[in-house]
Amino acid sequence: MNLVDKQVVQNKMNKRIISNRVMRQMFFLASVFGIVVLAVLLYRIFSEGLPYLDWRFLTSFASRFPEEAGIKAAIAGSVWLMAVTAPISLVLGVGTAIYLEEYAKENKFTQFIRMNISNLAGVPSVVFGLLGLTVFVRLMDMGRSIIAGGLTMSLLILPIIVVSSQEAIRAIPKNQYEASYAMGATKWQTIRRIVLPAAIPGILTGGILALSRAIGETAPLLMIGALSFIAYLPENIWSGFTVLPIQIFNWTGRPQEEFHLVASAGIIVLLIILLLMNSIAVVIRNKFSKRY
Amino acid sequence: MNEKKSNQHFLRILEKVAPAFFLLCAIISVLTTIGIILTLLVETITFFNRVSFTEFITGTEWWPFGENASYGILPLISGTLLIAVIAMIVALPIGLASAIYLSEFAPPKVRKVVKPILEVLAGVPTIVYGFFALTFVTPMLQLAIDDLPIFNALSPGIVVGIMIIPMIASLSEDAMSSVPDPMREGALALGSTRLEVALKVVVPAALSGIIGSFLLGISRAIGETMIVSVAAGSTPKLTTDVTESIQTMTGYIVQVTLGDASYGSTTYYSIYAVGITLFVFTLIMNLLSQYISSRFKEDY
Repeated sequence: MNLVDKQVVQNKMNKRIISNRVMRQMFFLASVFGIVVLAVLLYRIFSEGLPYLDWRFLTSFASRFPEEAGIKAAIAGSVWLMAVTAPISLVLGVGTAIYLEEYAKENKFTQFIRMNISNLAGVPSVVFGLLGLTVFVRLMDMGRSIIAGGLTMSLLILPIIVVSSQEAIRAIPKNQYEASYAMGATKWQTIRRIVLPAAIPGILTGGILALSRAIGETAPLLMIGALSFIAYLPENIWSGFTVLPIQIFNWTGRPQEEFHLVASAGIIVLLIILLLMNSIAVVIRNKFSKRY
Repeated sequence: MNEKKSNQHFLRILEKVAPAFFLLCAIISVLTTIGIILTLLVETITFFNRVSFTEFITGTEWWPFGENASYGILPLISGTLLIAVIAMIVALPIGLASAIYLSEFAPPKVRKVVKPILEVLAGVPTIVYGFFALTFVTPMLQLAIDDLPIFNALSPGIVVGIMIIPMIASLSEDAMSSVPDPMREGALALGSTRLEVALKVVVPAALSGIIGSFLLGISRAIGETMIVSVAAGSTPKLTTDVTESIQTMTGYIVQVTLGDASYGSTTYYSIYAVGITLFVFTLIMNLLSQYISSRFKEDY
């Protein structure tokens, strides 16, 4: 009985085991690739930008001279923009999520809204910029203002907020609803007193992540016409404005090497803001997320 | 007593107003889509009143400024596709390999570290990637390739690819993680190595999700704006040479809005024609991705 040639099996076995090991290492290296890129990117930016990063940099306006350039107007613009974008996008996003999860009947219209939102999430941000330029800046005559930028950004991040709010609402167990109804509460009372409080950590986490996306976005605001040379602080939502990414874009586009270092300093500030926001989101998720 | 009654009255109104308000919120997202399509369409029609449609889709020269303007979109499309192809050559193997590692090989501890870092990579603003492409990747490539111009297709293409890796890795990993363990165990029990399980069982089973993630990645690469605006230059050219400066559809839109194409000029309207082309490209990719992911979703 010699149906199996052991030598052949042994040879093949070795080959298979070796290729398993080799490929495992290859796959591992591929996963590490991203980490290496991130490390190189951060190292480059911090080593170039740190010398430029001081109090004067944070409190000066843009300038033709690299050593005098600062990001005061850009920071103020980003803050103003968030002050407009956050409430609008949160109200619209959470409202849409409540409608889809609590009120919508399963019909063609609801399916259409769902499909529409997932498609909207895939529309390139430049296209939102074109929409903002045409509808808000020109048609509604808002000019190149904070409100026009804020509305555009709100629509851009709306899909993210809707989806994360939907998930937060869906995670609430049905017996909580039943308990509320059993106490004689109406639907709206249940939503306001049971659903919203329980869903708020999830909504906030998603909302902060969406807003941090908006802070880093450049293209739509370039379309809107946010300027990069602003030597004043915005006074109200109708003021012209600039934001951090646009200031960085402007510095990046200049031929002088010094401005690239200034851009690095701006990027450090932008990354720190994003990191802070992400940390807040993680803290909220860890601290307030309930397990039922 | 009276107070209670008016209170109840108020509640009853609220009960009717609340759903209407939420419906309104939901409708705004639909209005946004309609708004996008309408603005693009209306302005594009004005554009096509001045430039012939056949010139637009078959012309091989894109030179929208000054006298003798010519509006053939093929150079912009070729530039866009060139970037997308380079990006996918980078992102596809690395993203898929990371997904296989994370889902099939990685010990839980490594997974816990690597996944969040990939998420950070996905959260880096695109302008930062653009800066990285221009000030680091291009000089590096210039060391390897003689007389590579500062603006070229290769550098932004690679960086767009790096930007997409986390997306492909995480979506593909989701698809592979949802392949049930008994299928792995069956293959392992037959004597397969981990690699064979991954490549011959898990990847084929999760193929629809993986392809979906690729398509979404291509869509992202096509729509990416800041990296190409910063590092690819602004020379629309019908070429497959990755060392040349090119221009993408998104790059062109940015270039025009930065300069002063006066409102109402043909150049001004051309950004909408380019915009609608871009919109159609990405929409097809997104719909295809959704269709493949859902249509061919295996039920276990």
